[in-house]
Amino acid sequence: MSLLQSTQLRPDPSANAPRRALIPAWPEFQNPAAWLVALILVIMPLIANGFFLIEIFATTLILGVIALSLMFLAGYGGMVSLMQLTIAGFAGYMVAVFGISGNANISLGWPWWLATPMALALATLFGTLGGALAVRTEGIYTIMITLAIGAAFYYFTNQNWAIFNGHTGINTVATPHFWGVDWRGDIAFYYVTLGVAAICYFAVQYISRAPFGLALQGVRDNSRRMAALGFNPNAHRIAAYAFAAFIAALGGVLQVWNYRQISPGSVSVGACIDVLIIAVVGGITRPIGPFIGALIFVLLRTFALDVLIKFGLDGNRFRLLIGLGFLAIVFWSSDGVIGLWERWRQRNASSTLRSGGGRHG
Amino acid sequence: MDSVAQRLSVVGAGAALELRGVTRLFGALAALTDVTITVRPGERRAVLGSNGAGKTTLFNCITGDFPPSSGTIRFFGEDITQFPPYERIRRGLRRTYQISALFPGLTVQDNVYLACRGVSRGRFSFLRPGQNDALMHATETLVQAVHLAGVKDQRVAELAHGQQRQLEIALALAGAPRFILFDEPAAGLSPTERRELIEILTSLPAHIGYIIIEHDMDVALRVVESVTMMHNGRIFKEGLPREIESDPEVQELYLGGGHE
Repeated sequence: MSLLQSTQLRPDPSANAPRRALIPAWPEFQNPAAWLVALILVIMPLIANGFFLIEIFATTLILGVIALSLMFLAGYGGMVSLMQLTIAGFAGYMVAVFGISGNANISLGWPWWLATPMALALATLFGTLGGALAVRTEGIYTIMITLAIGAAFYYFTNQNWAIFNGHTGINTVATPHFWGVDWRGDIAFYYVTLGVAAICYFAVQYISRAPFGLALQGVRDNSRRMAALGFNPNAHRIAAYAFAAFIAALGGVLQVWNYRQISPGSVSVGACIDVLIIAVVGGITRPIGPFIGALIFVLLRTFALDVLIKFGLDGNRFRLLIGLGFLAIVFWSSDGVIGLWERWRQRNASSTLRSGGGRHG
Repeated sequence: MDSVAQRLSVVGAGAALELRGVTRLFGALAALTDVTITVRPGERRAVLGSNGAGKTTLFNCITGDFPPSSGTIRFFGEDITQFPPYERIRRGLRRTYQISALFPGLTVQDNVYLACRGVSRGRFSFLRPGQNDALMHATETLVQAVHLAGVKDQRVAELAHGQQRQLEIALALAGAPRFILFDEPAAGLSPTERRELIEILTSLPAHIGYIIIEHDMDVALRVVESVTMMHNGRIFKEGLPREIESDPEVQELYLGGGHE
């Protein structure tokens, strides 16, 4: 078969190819468990009280969104960025600085619908510039340079009083209030975070199969070959940082609305590393991983304290548990809890197949 | 001043690829020394030479993977010496790699789709290809042309060696190539796969020229019309396939020189 013949003889692929492509692209729609999880999340306010709704689930979704931005960079782009929480924190600070807060000498008093887009735009710019620096390096050096940006921002917020109000931070940040709804009320805020998290999740999922996402995975696998196919690998990497920065900024805006305050403690180096731990524990191969990691992290942070005290240990040791969990994951399942779950299901599926085959044979 | 037409004829001289005094140094080692080659559009040429003769370095200089230390490279008359690799590819240059350079985490179809996308618009598109996407059709066609339709949804990491070599060629045929550099495309192929390779090479449209590096004389001399011999980073001899084959110096150096 020659090239030219094959061009003329090819069957029309448009007939059923897109339908087949849809199924692997959106596995959730085929999975009853995913529908169940979605249903539970939507009716959660009927089940959970205010504490669970905000302290557990909204917090999980917010941390999940920030970790999702790292998952996008690390999973599809092969770039481990430790500055994603810094970008989120920057967005949070900008909401407080441009919007309304208890620190009237600093806040400009813009309404939320002006302050929020401004914060998102500035944080995306910040992340893009950081990315433009980071793409000049690879591997461990990317981690180092993004960590350096995070640490620099932390110390800067500590020492700058004109904009960031030093170590006291900015307090009593105003939250949106319109259409007669207090959007920081427990139930309303839960739905806001759920909505943003869902949009981010599906956006990442969708883009992973769009030309931009595919090209990013190509750059991850073999950037030299990508250049030999006509792509500019560094431009793709920087664009990925910009996209991830926007997602992290969304998480940061939600976070400052959640706590109504922001201080250097929110952007500490420890918090930056927590985001990495969340993403790795959950799994960076799929967008759902960061949310699972965030749930585990938040549950441990909230309840390990009581459990540890019951056993007569210091409650602050919850980090020890998280650290041990992190070690276990790195040792036994490099693709996180997602990977454990997938292997467990495969084993089950293959054993069912085998026993099923036995019955028929 | 010369007229535009005169200058154009001097610059292009109708050559697809024109290297002048190309030298590439790695530290003190000269991998290429003063290489001057002119290839016509549509010309098919083999580059022969023992390991270390500078054949792959020559390709890397032409594609810009490693830019030359000195000298100029023109592609269809345009000076591309300072261009990054992707700009050269967008102008119709293509290459394959001696050791398959694919995207193991992606499927065969995604690999070919990326190659098609790389030389067209919308590289940053956030929209998935729709029902009648022209590039999806082009992808489908290419996958069939290199006999990989049966495995198009498999991840490249799971493919056999021969299939990976064929995919390597498919990536170089995407879009509208004007000139292709094949770096040992037959390496590790079975006799059947070699026949398929020769078929693919000989059935390429006549306007597409190529340079092929190939140790297997049965493959190399059947698909080319001219041969360049390289030795120690220099052009050693140029001529027709049968001249080169029967040249005593070449036989001494390469064919009979105990080479595997």
